[in-house]
Amino acid sequence: MYRYDEFDTQIVKERVEQFRGQVARRLSGELKEDEFKPLRLQNGVYLQLHAYMLRIAIPYGQLSPRQMRKLAHIARTYDRGYGHFTTRQNIQFNWVALKDIPDVLAELAEVEMHAIQTSGNCIRNVTSDHYAGATKDEVMDPRPWCEIIRQWSTFHPEFAFLPRKFKIAVTAAEHDRAAIKVHDIGLNMRRKDGEVGFEVHVGGGQGRTPHIAAKVSDFVPESELLDYLEAIMRVYNRFGRRDNKYKARIKILVSETGEDEFRKLVEEEFAAQRDAEKIALPQEEIDRIHAYFEPPKLAGKDAVSEAFDKAKTADAAFARWTRANLHDHKVEGYTTVTVSLKPLGVAAGDATDAQMDVMADVAEAYGHGDLRVSHAQNIVLPHVALDDVYELYRKLDAAGLATPNEGLISDMIVCPGLDYCNLANARSIPVGMAIQEAFSDPDDQADIGKFHINISGCINACGHHHVGHVGILGVDRKGEEYYQITLGGRADEKATIGQMAGPGLKADDVPVALKRLVDRYRELRTSKDETFIETFEREGMEPFKDAIYAGA
Amino acid sequence: MPLIKDRREVDDIWAYVPDDAPLSPGGCITVSLARFRSETEMLLARNTEIGVRLEPADDPHELAEFLDRLALIEVNFPKYTDGRGYSQAQLLRRRFGYEGELRAVGHVLRDQILYMNRSGFDAFETERAELASVIDALEEFSAVYQPAADGRVPVFRRRHGKE
Repeated sequence: MYRYDEFDTQIVKERVEQFRGQVARRLSGELKEDEFKPLRLQNGVYLQLHAYMLRIAIPYGQLSPRQMRKLAHIARTYDRGYGHFTTRQNIQFNWVALKDIPDVLAELAEVEMHAIQTSGNCIRNVTSDHYAGATKDEVMDPRPWCEIIRQWSTFHPEFAFLPRKFKIAVTAAEHDRAAIKVHDIGLNMRRKDGEVGFEVHVGGGQGRTPHIAAKVSDFVPESELLDYLEAIMRVYNRFGRRDNKYKARIKILVSETGEDEFRKLVEEEFAAQRDAEKIALPQEEIDRIHAYFEPPKLAGKDAVSEAFDKAKTADAAFARWTRANLHDHKVEGYTTVTVSLKPLGVAAGDATDAQMDVMADVAEAYGHGDLRVSHAQNIVLPHVALDDVYELYRKLDAAGLATPNEGLISDMIVCPGLDYCNLANARSIPVGMAIQEAFSDPDDQADIGKFHINISGCINACGHHHVGHVGILGVDRKGEEYYQITLGGRADEKATIGQMAGPGLKADDVPVALKRLVDRYRELRTSKDETFIETFEREGMEPFKDAIYAGA
Repeated sequence: MPLIKDRREVDDIWAYVPDDAPLSPGGCITVSLARFRSETEMLLARNTEIGVRLEPADDPHELAEFLDRLALIEVNFPKYTDGRGYSQAQLLRRRFGYEGELRAVGHVLRDQILYMNRSGFDAFETERAELASVIDALEEFSAVYQPAADGRVPVFRRRHGKE
């Protein structure tokens, strides 16, 4: 993974001191709250329902064991013993005192971490495929370019006061696990005639007006990527709406301007750049950054591991876990392991300090020191030898980290909702838990197969309900919580916004309605290999809508 | 209002003339882009220096052909959260090669000044920030990750010993 050099280290240290000064000026009253707000936001500090929340950047979701242990330490020392991994591959702490935040940032700086631009109307943490560098289906490893984009966007002087927040995602795989089409900019890496470049999608997003991104360019060569991004950013900064916060995202600019006209604006701005304006990243620098992402030296192994197969025969729970939580590795004899943070009865993405320490330990012992946070709020160990999987599993299991549900119905994306967030209209966590309860039988879950339920507690859609196979949106109607169901959404390469099934349900009615929906799917699927989303796309809304409202 | 230019506090010899006010016969004045566009000839024929004030929605391209005849361009930040002025500044400096004074006016706060300076501003009209504090702000970071109008060499070049 990337390691800071003297410059990176210095910049992050200087940032800590800068923020310390800003907090001091706020506490002394020199800065008014409305003036302090964008400063603290650009450092990941939110004022939430109960306390300040600190969001820490995990660039493209990658962590070292040392960094994971530091997060455990922060959870223990400054919070209440846990942290919350987010859909943007970051981590949030919900109970940190403002006065402690400069110290937390200083501790993070020791392990090459920060909270820079994790909030505010600026370019946010770059996200990517959590299997990057390990998965069979990638054209190349997207992380080096994520790192280049991270550096370019850090403290970019022109783009710190954009109309609204700005999120960039990068994938290089056939199967899009980074949800690039629902990002402000989504980049899909490809090779053309031996040259590396990017397919560029702009204007995707969720929130109150969900949009699938428009393809703005088929191929921007890597040498021009940053200049092209600057052109997009400048068009957005100049012309994005600022009169209405809810219309300020680039998706609105793209849709109101029209895809073709927007593309023309970008192309014109790009063409007008003079040589002196070009970023001109030296090839040595591109090479330097790529060198940090060399694949780990994996000892040669047979494709089949006897130890692994034996353990599966002997331990049925392990066998079940391997069926759900492993992903094909590009090297024979190795696999990619998902550590589920979705056990029954725990808020999605939460991990305790002790669990973080365990994950750091196992990553060191069995995972070549590599950890990833996934977009679905789980932790991934990308490089594990099949021979070691059973031992790893037992250690995870002992820490409550071996729930066999990756990609299954209980592996939901759930926003913090009204329990924590001051934007929310309804609770999300209890509804998610009730659904997990309804589908708690692991055999049942395995039979249902791939099934994504996403839950948001308000229309800002942090729980990604628009792109869940089943989306659940909490709304408030005259002081009572209702949950609207959408069906057919997906965030992958076939990204689609889900359609509303009908009127909202009361919280208690949601799990039973989903039970009926799942039963209908089982009746309709052509075989066990046909996933829910495939059946839905074949059959359409009607049979499922009927199932949801059959009890009404 | 204190004016800080090139890291020094200086006297302000300029006056902004609102669109509905008559032009004074002498003295250095700035006018809106709209007024400059409608009275260009007359304004450029004055014996004193002339400046233009840009509002966030103004297109700096409209000034491109006059830049060598302007001694001052003010960029107004009615709200400091409106970042369009940063793009205007970068365009003026880097695309059109403007070399005169580029002044940030309006809601200019200490913690925006570094980004403003990097985007090409060399003068800041600021209500509350004191000179020492502004200089601190300008020196908060010893390295930068991207080229901008201030000409600082970004780390991706410094790492390889390049200018």
